[in-house]
Amino acid sequence: MDQKDNTLKVTVSRGTSGEQFEQEFEVPAYENQTVLDVVSWIQQNSDPTLSYRFACRVGMCGSCAMMVNGEPRWTCRTHVKKVVRKNTLSIAPLRNLPVVKDLAADMTPFFDKWVDAEGYHHPTRTRHDPMQEVTPNDEERNRANAGIECINCAVCYAACDTVANNDAYLGPAALQRAWTLYNDQKNENGQAILDAVSRDGGCHSCHSMGSCSLYCPNELDPMSAIAGLKRETAKNLFRRRR
Amino acid sequence: MRPERTHPLWLAYMLHRWSGIGLALFLPVHFWMLALAITDAAQFDAFIAITDLVIVKLAEFGLVFLLAVHMFGGLRLMALEWLPWSAPQKTLAAGAVGIAFFISGTFFLQAV
Repeated sequence: MDQKDNTLKVTVSRGTSGEQFEQEFEVPAYENQTVLDVVSWIQQNSDPTLSYRFACRVGMCGSCAMMVNGEPRWTCRTHVKKVVRKNTLSIAPLRNLPVVKDLAADMTPFFDKWVDAEGYHHPTRTRHDPMQEVTPNDEERNRANAGIECINCAVCYAACDTVANNDAYLGPAALQRAWTLYNDQKNENGQAILDAVSRDGGCHSCHSMGSCSLYCPNELDPMSAIAGLKRETAKNLFRRRR
Repeated sequence: MRPERTHPLWLAYMLHRWSGIGLALFLPVHFWMLALAITDAAQFDAFIAITDLVIVKLAEFGLVFLLAVHMFGGLRLMALEWLPWSAPQKTLAAGAVGIAFFISGTFFLQAV
């Protein structure tokens, strides 16, 4: 990597929830550099007490999402030159989540809501049964496939204003997971999913602002998945009345 | 404004909310006026005189705007949530509605 003679001015949010403050660092600017590289450089060269989270560095694990210049991003796949403004960067922990320390957000509420949305596998068969056949071109399968690449990074959760304003709201990722499972032939008890997502804070709390689909780093479309849940829960209401 | 709020869908959401609030504030006054036409003709005429003011006429443009954006915003939301269309299908549908509205609006203006 060629080092340019200029440096980046990086403002980093430090501290825990309720006791946060900003600290400025100067970081050497390189031609090819991700936001995660910048954070790692600070931790390795300026301040070893800086806390942040990452694992795979290739956009698969969903650990390293942070707010970069006010926008939620996966930092390992975000090039500095795409987001830098006048040689400055502002890096903060993910919005809408408590902060463990510095740039590490506490993901507990995020994952708790996956469980609340019944966003886990409800098996149809035991190990003694033959494997469930899945038809690849089936319409239902395609709906399930649409959301299957979610890496649980919580970028959508941080982008969503409904999450910010409604503590009970399950959030785009959990609801998209529920929709994926609802359409999965290997998953049973779809009724439990519909019940879970039609409670207070469920899919009907979504205002279709679309920030989730705009910011999803894997270009998934949680807003449309939530719209699918809205349709199915409404149809389900009429089915039950009959 | 926060950067994640500067995209069309978020602005459409805000427009729908604020136009809804505007209409909710206007409608009670509107119904009260209609009631006056039956119950108190003199007071109704006094109110009607106010509508000759230029500023009130301008405000009526605002009302029509609120009604229009709220109606189309509502149709947009229903299409978004109730019709599992692909993005190009939605664009075509929105284009068709826009063109139809433009053509019918032109005829309507000629009729008036």
